[in-house]
Amino acid sequence: MKPFDYRTATDMGTAVAEVSGRPDARFVAGGTNLVDHLKLGVAEPDLLVDITAVTSAAVEDRDGGLWIGAGVRNSDLAADRRVRERYPVLAQALLSGASGQLRNMATTGGNPLQRTRCVYFQDVTTPCNKRVPGSGCSAIGGYTRYHAILGASEHCVATHPSDMAVALSALDAKVHVLTPEGERSFPFVDLHRLPGEKPDQDTRLQHGDLITAIELPPSPFAQQSRYRKVRDRASYAFALVSVAAALDVADGIVRDVRIALGGVAHTPWRAYKAEQVLRGQPAEVASYRLAADAEMADARALDGIDGGNGFKIPLVTRTLVATLRDLT
Amino acid sequence: MTELLRPQAIGQDLARRDGPDKVTGTATYANETPVENPAYCHLIQADIARGRVSAVDTAEAEDVPGVIAVLTPGTSERLSSTEDKELAVLQTTDVAFRGQIVGIVIAETPEAARQAARLAAVTCSEQTHDVSLSADRVDLYKPDKVNPSFATDTSVGDVSAAMDSAAATVTETYTTAMNHNNPMEPHATTALWNDGQLTLWDSTQGVHSVRSTVAKVFGLDKGQVRVVCPYVGGGFGSKGTVHAHVVAAAMAARALPGRAMKLALTRQQMFSLVGYRTPTIQRVRLAADRDGRLSAIALDVVEQTSRIKEFAEQTAVAARMMYAAPNRATSHRLAALDVPVPSWMRAPGECPGMFGPEVAMDELAERLGIDPIEFRVRNEPARDPESGNPFSSRHLVACLRDGAERFGWADRDPRPGVRRDGDWLVGSGVASSVYPASRQAQSDATIRFADGRYAAEIGAADLGTGAWTTLAQIAADALDVPLDLVDVRIGDTDYPFASVAGGSSGTSTWGSAIVAAARAFREKYGLDPADGDEAQGQVPEYQAQERYALYAFGAQFAEVRVHADTGEIRVPRLVGVFAAGRIINPRTARSQFIGGMTMGMSMALHENSVLDPATGHVVNHDFAEYHIATCADAANIEAYWVDESDPHVNPMGSKGVGEIGIVGTAAAIANAAYHATGVRVRDLPVTLDKLLPGLD
Ligand SMILES: Cc1cc2nc3c(=O)[nH]c(=O)nc-3n(C[C@H](O)[C@H](O)[C@H](O)COP(=O)(O)OP(=O)(O)OC[C@H]3O[C@@H](n4cnc5c(N)ncnc54)[C@H](O)[C@@H]3O)c2cc1C
Ligand code: SF4
Repeated sequence: MKPFDYRTATDMGTAVAEVSGRPDARFVAGGTNLVDHLKLGVAEPDLLVDITAVTSAAVEDRDGGLWIGAGVRNSDLAADRRVRERYPVLAQALLSGASGQLRNMATTGGNPLQRTRCVYFQDVTTPCNKRVPGSGCSAIGGYTRYHAILGASEHCVATHPSDMAVALSALDAKVHVLTPEGERSFPFVDLHRLPGEKPDQDTRLQHGDLITAIELPPSPFAQQSRYRKVRDRASYAFALVSVAAALDVADGIVRDVRIALGGVAHTPWRAYKAEQVLRGQPAEVASYRLAADAEMADARALDGIDGGNGFKIPLVTRTLVATLRDLT
Repeated sequence: MTELLRPQAIGQDLARRDGPDKVTGTATYANETPVENPAYCHLIQADIARGRVSAVDTAEAEDVPGVIAVLTPGTSERLSSTEDKELAVLQTTDVAFRGQIVGIVIAETPEAARQAARLAAVTCSEQTHDVSLSADRVDLYKPDKVNPSFATDTSVGDVSAAMDSAAATVTETYTTAMNHNNPMEPHATTALWNDGQLTLWDSTQGVHSVRSTVAKVFGLDKGQVRVVCPYVGGGFGSKGTVHAHVVAAAMAARALPGRAMKLALTRQQMFSLVGYRTPTIQRVRLAADRDGRLSAIALDVVEQTSRIKEFAEQTAVAARMMYAAPNRATSHRLAALDVPVPSWMRAPGECPGMFGPEVAMDELAERLGIDPIEFRVRNEPARDPESGNPFSSRHLVACLRDGAERFGWADRDPRPGVRRDGDWLVGSGVASSVYPASRQAQSDATIRFADGRYAAEIGAADLGTGAWTTLAQIAADALDVPLDLVDVRIGDTDYPFASVAGGSSGTSTWGSAIVAAARAFREKYGLDPADGDEAQGQVPEYQAQERYALYAFGAQFAEVRVHADTGEIRVPRLVGVFAAGRIINPRTARSQFIGGMTMGMSMALHENSVLDPATGHVVNHDFAEYHIATCADAANIEAYWVDESDPHVNPMGSKGVGEIGIVGTAAAIANAAYHATGVRVRDLPVTLDKLLPGLD
């Protein structure tokens, strides 16, 4: 492990100034992803600025929605009554992630910024465009079970591993960020980016931008929501695929719907096409299938050792249909 | 026949004697050995799978503050014996597999050592490597024998003719995945070289075998090497023989006399340095008449070994003795690849080898329209089909019947894919288990008396299995004294020679030596010994081996649920019933059975070392990506045993219990998954992508 300086932030503004002023400085929150990367040599910062004491650990009611401080731990957020009652998809997504010990450490700001679990990204002895731009992508033709079927590029086929982020995408959440230039906010779905030619950039944040909070807008039908994660073992495994969905049905017709998919792309994948197909349609399995097919029309399976990931395409369809069916 | 001990302490349900020290954190493991001013080692590994190291530039590594030395093939000592190429650390610039040790950093802190290992610039000339196992390789070869000394091939009668004339047959290929033993405690060694004396605090399944191996490699007298290991955080075979890191730690210690060295492997390093279970390709042929009597059993196995050292897993041996069939044939063929050296993993041979045949039995039972339990019962041999010897005891049928009752098998509808509970398809499956009741040829014990207490000394190993406790129970009964007057001293080469804890032979072997010592002690000193009295004993010759077939048996039952939408697989219930001789301690035995079954479930559903042919290494080399069953997967695992006491195996009447629990589990689960869904998966692990295409 490369030696580094460690500082506890005194306030958010100073933290931003410290990190943005030093190219190899990084924030550390729960450390559950970053510390692994330090040990593996995937990240080699020269300064860690610990932000846990200065980011808010509170969940507040604001304008009919919820305002979640970046320092709120995943386990606390999952246990919050307002979240469980008004946004069950988020509580379920959080509880389906990692383990109890990890959730006790992991934070609202750190979770969406965790990096891909692509095995080659985590192994510094193999080429990886995300870790070392231009070095190549070992996953293409390699082990792709956990890799993308949507939105990948020839430079990177990795997926985003967070469960929480999938739920936030479906809930039309907003991200609040403190930058050296001041505060700004934008839709959560715009936080992550597809790999394109720059797979080293997971998000649209600039170096030193600090997530201060995540805002959940009021939603009339988020109560009718659920997170369905399909994984290789009963707990403590990343998603093969996952579905976050909220459904608003009146008189047997889909009035409105939100769908996001996990385990399929470089970002949490908001399924706009499926949503569009569904609005105004009868709330029944046949419509759900059409919607899933519309979303999967652009899906591309990856060959690879151990069978590749072609199974994910029917798996998404089946899981999406089943989740919507169960919500009806 | 042996005179059996009168069980008094034996058979008692007792907590582990080492439990309190372990849960309070005072039991010291190899890496925690309190030594003065230790230095720390980190290994530099090859990142090519085949080729040659042309240079190791250590300048940048040596600049890391705290680095003491960097050993490379060019600077390390020459070993006395390089016969075992796995252990010939830094003796050659040839690279035989990715992850091979090509340097050792010694530093003041583990962090500095690791950082320096990263910075050492290793230049290699790379050759094309080949790590892909397949049954149609042209270079498959027939090893001289399979482990430890079984015939490679066997053939009795005419399998092909029997297949041609049978009422029903099965010819299928089954595969098991590459699996890595992953004990909780990573492999670790603390080493000190002082005044011509080497002390190793090593996490091992056998201190004496570490001593003799290390002495040979370094050209030392055995008396110059002491190995200490009171506690082991699991081994599962991966600590059963010395691996390269032990040599590396000793080398580092010898490079800096007087300074203790600590070397602990990372989880990732364990995927290239401490062995694994070879993947296997098993072609099974079975033939039977209408009444369900087998006329032929054949198992042809293809598996891998490394180019530098042969390891021939004895996968087909169980098929030779399991069921009665007049025509039998087995074979083993190996591919020598540019891969790390395979090694022992819980129930080597039987564990993979009872997958293909036990699934094939299920397939044939279905074809014949006979219940799979009944089918097995009908093929119960009167004698060992292979040797012709009688079984010293064989209670497979009792296990099957008892298990059927406990599991609730009686009303089972044999049709696959017809039971549904909500979103879940439900099925059940059964398979048999078997494991040899072995005993090692050598082990010695000493009984001492002082201050009114007896001590049994033997260099045995407790891998977390319970030896600290069960050996005391055996000694107490052998001496005919209350258990609380008996101490046990193990895990140190200063105690008498003990065989390795492997092949489920530990308790049988060490226990026999302790009984011999206790009997010698009583003979010498009677019932009223004086302080300082001591007597030795050794394990007697295993004469029963010549006259009997000696095995433990078991039956495993699985309930499997498969999600109708997603294909996710759950095992809500496993029931295992075993016939493993007299049970010395129900608590520690049950934990072995349950542990074996859990590991078998893990093999059935999860464990899969993904070897990338492009890079030549296992890419899912950590616990987030290499899945092992979690508590949530292991819902309800029940282990029982039938009353059995075998006077031929040892004076305790006991057979080993460490490995049989993993044998057959995967087949029972795969059979149950078929019963649930109608989809027959013949390739482990059974994962949802293999079931999905067959679901509606
Ligand atoms: C074995 C294992 C299994 C796991 N399984 C799952 C799973 O099933 N599902 C799942 O979703 N996750 C899983 N995780 C991942 C876990 O959820 C994340 O590691 C965790 O959420 C990260 O949060 P953290 O606060 O610890 O982040 P850190 O590790 O502290 O930081 C992560 C990154 O975010 C940056 N960062 C942190 N906070 C901020 C902020 N406020 N503003 C800007 N940048 C910031 C850091 O600089 C760093 O780059 C698993 C992790 C492990 C180790
Ligand atoms: S998929 Fe992306 S993260 Fe994985 S190796 Fe390729 S570039 Fe790296």
